[in-house]
Amino acid sequence: MKFIDEYRDKDASMRYSELIHNITTKSWNIMEVCGGQTHAIVKYGIDELLPKSIRLIHGPGCPVCVTSLELIDKSIEIASREDVIFCSFGDMLRVPGSKKDLLQVKAEGGDVRIMYSPLDALKIAKDNPLKEVVFFAVGFETTAPANAMAVYQAKEQGIKNFLILVSHVLVPPAIEAILSSKNNLVQGFLAAGHVCAVMGYNEYFPLAEKYKVPIVVTGFEPVDILQGIYMCVKQLEEGRHEVENQYVRVVSREGNLTAQNIVSTVFKIGTRKWRGIGEIPDSGLVLQDDYIEYDASLKFGLADLVVEEPKECISGQILQGIKKPNECEAFGKICTPERPLGATMVSSEGACAAYYRYRKI
Amino acid sequence: MCLAVPGKIMSIDDSGGELMKIGKVNFGGIIKDVNLAYTPEAKVGEYVIVHVGFALNTVDEAEAAKVFEYLREIDGLDELTGEEKQG
Repeated sequence: MKFIDEYRDKDASMRYSELIHNITTKSWNIMEVCGGQTHAIVKYGIDELLPKSIRLIHGPGCPVCVTSLELIDKSIEIASREDVIFCSFGDMLRVPGSKKDLLQVKAEGGDVRIMYSPLDALKIAKDNPLKEVVFFAVGFETTAPANAMAVYQAKEQGIKNFLILVSHVLVPPAIEAILSSKNNLVQGFLAAGHVCAVMGYNEYFPLAEKYKVPIVVTGFEPVDILQGIYMCVKQLEEGRHEVENQYVRVVSREGNLTAQNIVSTVFKIGTRKWRGIGEIPDSGLVLQDDYIEYDASLKFGLADLVVEEPKECISGQILQGIKKPNECEAFGKICTPERPLGATMVSSEGACAAYYRYRKI
Repeated sequence: MCLAVPGKIMSIDDSGGELMKIGKVNFGGIIKDVNLAYTPEAKVGEYVIVHVGFALNTVDEAEAAKVFEYLREIDGLDELTGEEKQG
């Protein structure tokens, strides 16, 4: 496929690998923020093409993985109701809640449906006026325009039985949480290309300046990732800390202003709890007051539900890059994709699942 | 989760208004309906990058080749010709 195949070119990948070897004189820790990039890195063995002194740290960029246990429990409670059709992206169904997952709710007779797009859920609401149709709105900035449009259209079209359970997270506050942590090991970032396709990359300049880290907006194919690493290592070696854009074919500095406009009409910034990390101020999206009637959490009286995270899973440390999946005692033993302990093993983009799938140890 | 895939716009139906503008988009032979509200400038024949049924941006063809130009600039590689890599 055009715009995919050429970026998997072996010669170009090997050439970038060689260039990285040529310019590297020191040890560097670079974090790829996005789970999609983690997946590609492990799948194509990109980390094995790098000098030993370059360590890639897998970041928290998988919304499925960072959705708090509290929200998973809320989704299970809502999906179990007889008057509800619960719609979700497929990835969320096997994320373990405190007692069960959404797939189990479905097996027990709950009407849980897998959606490709939130607009499909809106259509189901239109077709089932006697049911409450709830969409589990997870995602980073990439997914926010789609979810915002579903709510915007529900209001425009007067559809009253459509609700969303909002679990939106934002990337720059997560990067800042990592950089400001006293355990921080990360010296450079590959920013997530599709998040920036929507938001642009203006938000990263103050972060690069404040923490003196290079940030390179990077795509998802092997050649993209290797070029992004090359640009990042080059900055580190030259003592620069700038924001650069590798993924120019899709990302502009301003991002998609039309999409940002609808997102800010429907959502505003709010505090969000990240699974395994905890609460990060201003790190999520919540519904604007004008759209609050679409909030499933309020509608079903679950706004005050608080659930503490279990202790046995180290996904919090995995998500912050403090530990690698294979450094967990449970990895591949009591924790597998079939019987996951935590979200990083559940989601196909989770670091643990990627290690398990491509690198059986 | 943030997976977004490039596809070519085959046709556009804007009868539902600007915010419900739908394109038939071809992903390597599979055709899907895609909401084009966020890419009002996109035309038939152009490529858009699509995530959960929405086009996030049009793909800039001129910029797309620059990953390889960058390599050529660095070391004058001539084997990665644009023609060969257009796929």
